Amino acid sequence: MMRLPKFVYHAPTSVDEAGRILAGEGTAARVVAGGTDLYPNMKRGHQLPPVLVSLRRIPKITGISGTPETGLRIGACTSLTQLGSHPAVKSGYAALASAVLSISTPILRNMGTIGGNLCLDTRCNYYNQNYEWRRAIHFCMKCDGSICWVAPSSKTCLAINSSDTAPLLAALGGRARLISTRGERELAIKDLYNLDGIDYLNKRPDEILTEILLPPAGGWIASYRKLRRRGSFDFPVLGVAAVLWKEPDGRIRDAKIYLNAVASAPLEAKEAETCLVGRKLDTETIREAARLAAEMAKPVDNADFGIAWRKRMARVFTERALNDLKE
Amino acid sequence: MTNGKQKILLALRVNGEVREFACYPNRTLLEVLREDLGLTGTKHGCELGECGTCTILIDNQPILSCLILALECEGREIVTVEGLSPGPGLHPLQEAFGELGAAQCGYCTPGILCTAKALLDRNRRPSRAEIRAALAGNLCRCTGYIKIFEAVELAAERMERPSE
Ligand SMILES: Cc1cc2nc3c(=O)[nH]c(=O)nc-3n(C[C@H](O)[C@H](O)[C@H](O)COP(=O)(O)OP(=O)(O)OC[C@H]3O[C@@H](n4cnc5c(N)ncnc54)[C@H](O)[C@@H]3O)c2cc1C
Ligand code: FES
Ligand code: FES
Repeated sequence: MMRLPKFVYHAPTSVDEAGRILAGEGTAARVVAGGTDLYPNMKRGHQLPPVLVSLRRIPKITGISGTPETGLRIGACTSLTQLGSHPAVKSGYAALASAVLSISTPILRNMGTIGGNLCLDTRCNYYNQNYEWRRAIHFCMKCDGSICWVAPSSKTCLAINSSDTAPLLAALGGRARLISTRGERELAIKDLYNLDGIDYLNKRPDEILTEILLPPAGGWIASYRKLRRRGSFDFPVLGVAAVLWKEPDGRIRDAKIYLNAVASAPLEAKEAETCLVGRKLDTETIREAARLAAEMAKPVDNADFGIAWRKRMARVFTERALNDLKE
Repeated sequence: MTNGKQKILLALRVNGEVREFACYPNRTLLEVLREDLGLTGTKHGCELGECGTCTILIDNQPILSCLILALECEGREIVTVEGLSPGPGLHPLQEAFGELGAAQCGYCTPGILCTAKALLDRNRRPSRAEIRAALAGNLCRCTGYIKIFEAVELAAERMERPSE
């Protein structure tokens, strides 16, 4: 059996109480929600927090309120199953529902939460291994070692952001509410991430992500496309989220395209966005935007499939995402 | 709060019975079921959420017992393959799996039976596509899945017409 290391377990029933425990314990403590990312990591020795603060008993941060007309508030501890099957999400935010339903498996979605999905640890073939495997290669800089085996001259860790909801929520202009004893702040989800595989979250360890705020539905259309080897279980090897705001005559007023699993943070394809604005979504425009998006993707050899093919797929999958948005 | 170095006293409701025992906070439900409660019907595979063989039901929802702490299950209704059937006999799913050869080595079977039971409890006559989708989190390395789908369909049919 792969066993969990020992820890002290707190199960507060309010955000205030959780915040106080986190403030008191300092950086030793770690928040846990569904545990589907943290517990495997602890079993492999990636994280060994002596103190866990569970959010599972805080009713206030579970569930969805609002309507597609006014926008939605999604509690961070809402399970992926709840989120993906919620009527308001399915009707107003269908691309989000489909991104959620592409995450791992139905059983894991019963356990994993949206907050945990946004705070997901970055991934790499040299990191997501058990302790003995990692020791045999003298570890890597993300955990216990000093070198990056993917790019030995790299000064930063290149582990990839693998959340299926992050690129879409970033593109949609979703916001995250973070609470600690030092106060409360709201952050655009696109700003929640750093381009650093180790320090990947723009969030202090004592900050609790309590809810995700979605803008009203309508006025925009969205799509999410995911590449992976199997139709289930697998993390994205590439994720493309596209959101378009169109004028009544079909011209694109604004565009957001984010690629995931090609860098430590969801990457905004700015040149592709600029190329779309003011134009109609015809085959030529789609091809050009997809080429620009793919130019920016620089996959490294740290996930499934070869890097040349993954880069080519960045173009193909951006094309597919944009094709989904044709009239 | 629990102290990591001390055992805690837990009372879990498993297969309709309250089971009391002492364990460390870091024990997963999988470890407790197999090692403390002697319920070895639930299998352990990857122990990392990547195979589904450890699936059990919590409040009739399929859950991976390798990724949930025993202490996180207090106050909830846990059902393992040992408690699948409400009576002394086998559950219609178990009968159908046996009859149709849907279990070969059998290692994935307890998890698949639990997932399939949750499906049939909320959807009496699922389509083949719905069965495939519901079982997408349970790996089987032997059967190729077709016999498993057929067995779930046979059980569903029999559960609709229990008298025959
Ligand atoms: C086999 C397998 C396949 C998977 N496939 C996918 C996939 O395809 N796509 C995908 O996106 N994910 C995948 N996952 C990852 C994971 O299951 C999901 O991302 C899930 O949503 C994580 O949520 P959780 O609540 O279980 O997170 P936890 O494990 O509880 O937490 C994850 C991290 O976030 C922090 N955290 C959690 N909640 C909060 C909060 N409210 N505030 C502050 N910090 C918080 C924790 O401290 C921890 O560092 C997979 C996991 C497994 C094991
Ligand atoms: S043992 Fe493989 S998912 Fe739990
Ligand atoms: S019967 Fe052998 S793994 Fe399914």
